[in-house]
Amino acid sequence: MNDSQEEKAALSEDKLFELPGFPDEEDLEDGPVAVVECPEEIACNVCEAACPFGAIKVGREIKSVPEIDPEKCVGCGQCVSQCPGLAVYLVDMNYTDEKALLTIPYEFSPLPEEGESVTGITREGNKSSPVKVEGVDEKENGTAIVKILVPKPEIHRIRGISIEENQS
Amino acid sequence: MLNKEVAVVGGGPAGLTASIELAKRNVDVTLIDENLQAGGQLLKQTHKFFGSEEHYAGVRGFNIARELIEDAKDLAVDFLLEGSIYSVYEDKVLAVKKEKSTRLISPERVIFATGASEKVINFPGWTLPGVMGAGAVQTFVNQHRVLPGRKFTIIGSGNVGTIVAYQLLQAGAEVAAIVEAADEIGSYYVHANKAVRSGDIPVYTSHTIKEATGGESVDSVKIAQVDDSWQPVPGTEKTIDTDVVCLAVGLRPRTKLTSLTGCRSIYSSTLGGEVPLHDESMETSTDGVYVAGDVAGVEEASIAIEEGRLAGVSAASSLGYISNSAEADQKEEIRGRLELLRGGKYGEERAEEKERIRSIFNERLTRRESSTVRR
Amino acid sequence: MEEKKQDLRVNNHPILKGKSAGDKITITVEGEEIEAYEGEPIAAALLAADITVFRRTKKRQDPRGPFCGIGLCTDCVMKVNGEPNVRTCITPVEDGMVVEKQGDDREVRKNAK
Repeated sequence: MNDSQEEKAALSEDKLFELPGFPDEEDLEDGPVAVVECPEEIACNVCEAACPFGAIKVGREIKSVPEIDPEKCVGCGQCVSQCPGLAVYLVDMNYTDEKALLTIPYEFSPLPEEGESVTGITREGNKSSPVKVEGVDEKENGTAIVKILVPKPEIHRIRGISIEENQS
Repeated sequence: MLNKEVAVVGGGPAGLTASIELAKRNVDVTLIDENLQAGGQLLKQTHKFFGSEEHYAGVRGFNIARELIEDAKDLAVDFLLEGSIYSVYEDKVLAVKKEKSTRLISPERVIFATGASEKVINFPGWTLPGVMGAGAVQTFVNQHRVLPGRKFTIIGSGNVGTIVAYQLLQAGAEVAAIVEAADEIGSYYVHANKAVRSGDIPVYTSHTIKEATGGESVDSVKIAQVDDSWQPVPGTEKTIDTDVVCLAVGLRPRTKLTSLTGCRSIYSSTLGGEVPLHDESMETSTDGVYVAGDVAGVEEASIAIEEGRLAGVSAASSLGYISNSAEADQKEEIRGRLELLRGGKYGEERAEEKERIRSIFNERLTRRESSTVRR
Repeated sequence: MEEKKQDLRVNNHPILKGKSAGDKITITVEGEEIEAYEGEPIAAALLAADITVFRRTKKRQDPRGPFCGIGLCTDCVMKVNGEPNVRTCITPVEDGMVVEKQGDDREVRKNAK
C-alpha cells in the first residue's frame, strides 16, 4: 500500500543538481546560464538545435539527456522558448545584489506586464513569494519568455507564476 | 469502380507522409479521410512536438498538420475527405460512402493509417453527461473552442492526461484532480511538471475512480485508494467537486478495416491491443496491404510520420517506381531515424515489441492473396 | 443555486488566439434560442450554452450527453430540423436550425424520414 496520498511530478533539488543539464555551481555565478531540467531519456533534440552557440549537447543518440556547456551559453533564451517540454529556464544569479533573474517559458493568457507583481509557483505547484516581472518577450512560436526577479534562495524552486486576477 | 494506384486510408500524420512519399515518386495516390479536414489528431494538439527536425519537432501539432497537408496538396495528392469506408472487399476493394453516395475504389496498393481509438473504463455513473473521453475534451476545447464544463477531473496520468490537464489550464478551466491507479505518474516528467507547476492540480496516484454522481449531469466523483490488487481500500474515499470527468486511460489501434483484409494480427499490451502483423516494410500478411502509424502499434506522432514514409517508399517500390537499391537506401535512412526515436526508457519497450512483431511475421507467415473475412 | 456563469467559449486562447469564428447565428434548442457560430458543430453550441443533457434513454429516461466527440459513439444524437439520429458533435450548425431531444425509438421510427 502506498503511503503518500499525493505525488506530484517534481524533481527533488538533489536530483535537479545532478542533471547534466544543470550547470556547476561556479558557472551559475557567472552571468546568465540555461538550466535544462530534462531528466529522462526521450528522443528529442530541439534544445540542441535551438541554441545558436552550441551550448546544449544531446548528440546523435537523441534520447540522451541534454548537457549544458556554460562556457558557451550567453543566456539568449532561445532554448527556453523552443523546448517542447518547456523544460529549460535561465538563471542569472547576480542580476542585482539582492535578486536573481529567472527566465521562464510562459504559455498562458493574459501575459503579465513588465513591472507587475505576480506570485511565484514552485516546481511542486505551491505558491511561493510575490515576484516582480522584469520583462516579457512574446515569441513568434507562441511560447513567451517571462523574466522575474526572485530572492536568490528561491532561484531553483520557482518554476511558474500565477497572475492574481482582479475580481470584477 | 474506380481504379487507383494507391489508396491511403486515414489522413493523420502517417497517412499524410505516406501520400507525400508516394506522390514525390510520381505515384498516383488518393488519400481518404472521414473528416472534413485531414490532419488526424494533430489538429487538436496545441503543444510543440518532440523529436528532431525531420519530425517537425518544436512545431505545434496543428501547424504540423497544416504543413503536411500543404506539402501533400503541392504534390497533387488526391484528397477524398468526408469519405467513410464501410467495407473492404476482396482484392483490397474499398467501399466508400461520401455524403449520400457510395463508390468502390480498387487500388493496387492500400496503406491503412487509421490511427488509434480511445479506451474507456466503466464505473457507476459513467453514462452521466459530463463523462467523456480525453479526445472529446480536446476536440471541444482546441478545435471548437468551447469548454464542456468548468472543473475537470482527469482519469489517467499518461502523456494524454497530463497534456490535456495543461491544455485545460490554458483554456481557462480548472483541473480538480488527476487520478492515477498506478503508484506513479505515467507521463514524461516534462509533461507532468509543466502541468502541475502551472496551476493548482492535486495528483492522486494509487487511486481509482469509484463513481461519478449527479442528477442530470456530473457534479462530483468519488475516488479511493487502491491496494496492490487494484482494489479500492475501504475508508479511503474522497469526494471531488467536478463537472467533467475526462477519461485518459489509453489508446488502441483502430483495426476494424485492416481486419477486413484478412491480415493476421497479434495482441500486444505495450502497443495498445490488437496490432496487425507487419514486416520491416510495413506490409501486412495480405498482399499489397500496408499499415503505418498508431494502427501498427500506438506510439507517437514522430513515429507515425516515419512509418508513413516507410510504407510510402515500400509501396512505391513494389509498383516499380524506384529501384530495389534506391528503396533499400531510402528505407535504411528511415529505419535509422525510427531507431533513434525509439530510444530511451519509454521507447525501448516499444522497440522490443515492434521487433517481436517483425520476427513473428518472418518466422510464421507467408504472405497470401488478399481475402476478406466472411461473417 | 444560481451561480454566476463564466463564459464557456474559449475566445482568448494563448496559443490559438482569438478564434476566427464564423458569423454569429441563432439556433433553437427545445424551444429556446441560443447563440451559435457558423462552422461549429451543434454539440459545441449546446455545451457553450450550458446544456449538458442531449437525450434520454428509452427505458429509464437516463440523461446522456456527448462522449467521444468525433461521431463514433452516438451518445449525442438529437432530432435536427425534424430528422432524428443526427450526431450533433460532427454536424455543423445552420442559422434557424431547430434542435430537439428525440423521443424513444418508437417515435423515432415512426417519424424518420
